[in-house]
Amino acid sequence: MELHELTIQQLSDELATKTVSSREVVEQTLKRIEKYDPVIHGYLEVHSEAALARANQIDQRRSQGDKLGPLAGVPVAIKDNMCTTEGHTSCASKILGNFCAPYDAHVVKALNAADAIILGKTNMDEFAMGTSTENSGFGPTRNPWNTETVPGGSSGGSAAVVAAELAYGALGSDTGGSIRQPAAFCSVVGLKPTYGRVSRYGLVAFGSSLDQIGPLTKDVSDAALLLRTIAEHDKRDSTSVNAEVPDYMAKLNEPIKGLKIGVPKEYFGPGLDDEVAEAIRKALDVYESAGAMIIEISIPRYKYALAAYYLVAPAEASSNLARYDGVRYGYRIKNPKDYVDMYSASRADGFGPEVKRRIMLGTYTLSAGYYDAYYLKALKVRTLIKEDFDKAFENVDCVAGPVTPTPAFKLGEKIDNPLSLYMADIYTVTANLAGVPAISIPCGFSAAGLPIGLQLTTKPFTEDLLLRIARMFESATDHHLPRPKLQA
Amino acid sequence: MSAKIGPEQVRKVAHLARIKLSESEVEQFSEQLSDILTYVDQLNELDTSNVEPTTHPLRLSNVFRKDEAGETLSNEAALANAPKKHGGFFAVPKVLE
Repeated sequence: MELHELTIQQLSDELATKTVSSREVVEQTLKRIEKYDPVIHGYLEVHSEAALARANQIDQRRSQGDKLGPLAGVPVAIKDNMCTTEGHTSCASKILGNFCAPYDAHVVKALNAADAIILGKTNMDEFAMGTSTENSGFGPTRNPWNTETVPGGSSGGSAAVVAAELAYGALGSDTGGSIRQPAAFCSVVGLKPTYGRVSRYGLVAFGSSLDQIGPLTKDVSDAALLLRTIAEHDKRDSTSVNAEVPDYMAKLNEPIKGLKIGVPKEYFGPGLDDEVAEAIRKALDVYESAGAMIIEISIPRYKYALAAYYLVAPAEASSNLARYDGVRYGYRIKNPKDYVDMYSASRADGFGPEVKRRIMLGTYTLSAGYYDAYYLKALKVRTLIKEDFDKAFENVDCVAGPVTPTPAFKLGEKIDNPLSLYMADIYTVTANLAGVPAISIPCGFSAAGLPIGLQLTTKPFTEDLLLRIARMFESATDHHLPRPKLQA
Repeated sequence: MSAKIGPEQVRKVAHLARIKLSESEVEQFSEQLSDILTYVDQLNELDTSNVEPTTHPLRLSNVFRKDEAGETLSNEAALANAPKKHGGFFAVPKVLE
């Protein structure tokens, strides 16, 4: 097996037995980035020098016999909406462009404390708004499986660099599917934890009641390891929950006895691609063979989730993005006429079309006379969707279904029709509205060779159960093993 | 069908959001936002008269901590990214005539 093919845990074993040094691992990964990333464009910025310096440090500490963290010497990548004191934090937006964060996000501190090596910042849809990474202000990322197709979004860069083995794992953020959807399109594992599980301190805010940081990895065990590293109560985020973080690795390989999986009948309606439907049904057969009970359930208000989401998220975004005003950081136009012009013209130049669209939508639905009809209505529908999930979990341990209605689409295919692009989120937004954890795991490929993902959802704060259920599938199948053939 | 949000209203919202739009953007947003608003109208099929709104999945009440001075950014660090600064402050165009 080649070095880059290893999972985080396999690499950790090699590093621990000193068959390879962290310096060698980082050097080899940087070479791969130099060779393959010009086509994929998963990275916005690579911190080569800092990564090599840290690798040397960790190698030295290892040779001295120092106690090292659980990710010692492992190169990982960070989505560019998480603040790092190293390099820039741009959210793939021209309005932040050269912003250098004065502090590290909680998750960055946690990775550093675990002795991981941060390789660089990954591409994304501007401010995490999008499902294809085409909304990046610095050019799109391409899907390593087929460079004519999108990698998904908004954490498209993170998914692509893990799939292309240009990092051993990555962090993404998920507001309406932004970890799970690119994970499905790129055939990697993507986990959105329960809202409140991971501190959002230092995560640039998009939809504050929906945003959550999570891992993208080659397999479920690595996702468990990364989640264990970043999940922790943090006083600096008042929504970070002060609950014990279980050892997700401890029982990971123990199958759940008497597992009950609920499959919402509504998920298999019109709009779902036949090949995706077939792959999901086959995945459910795998669980049935492993002794699980597959039960048809109903999420009656599922069809309203997307509409509720596209009111709640833009409303929160319009408020969060008011801070980009050209005063304290970021872009300001030259020679503004007056202070209103400084705001309006700086924001006109700095934001891309999708961000403007969502700020406009959110501002409209929050404005006097429309608040009750749109925003408040959406919040009430959110309650109903949450109730649908609460009710489902009274009878089943887990809700299963597709991650996306289709496999990856072509670059440019949907860019002119925002509403059709929003439809790509139809299966993922429910988990954010309800605040429940959800995971995307590889479950096959289309005839055209494009990856398909299976989505699993469990009750709040039961990531241990969710990961074990995901691991049951992974240990019975090989769908997570193939890697794309890359073009240099 | 008449647009749900016409050009005049788009201009008004753009002013509230402090985003200068070109005339072609005004037209495009009028069309696209109207499409989205038509789509979300399906929420009216649901009776929500007795439903409490969910602003937050955790239903947390206020989270308090002690009011103690902690570490803060230095003036220099806070100003490091400022597009324009003057004498330890952010500098902006004149607000009062």
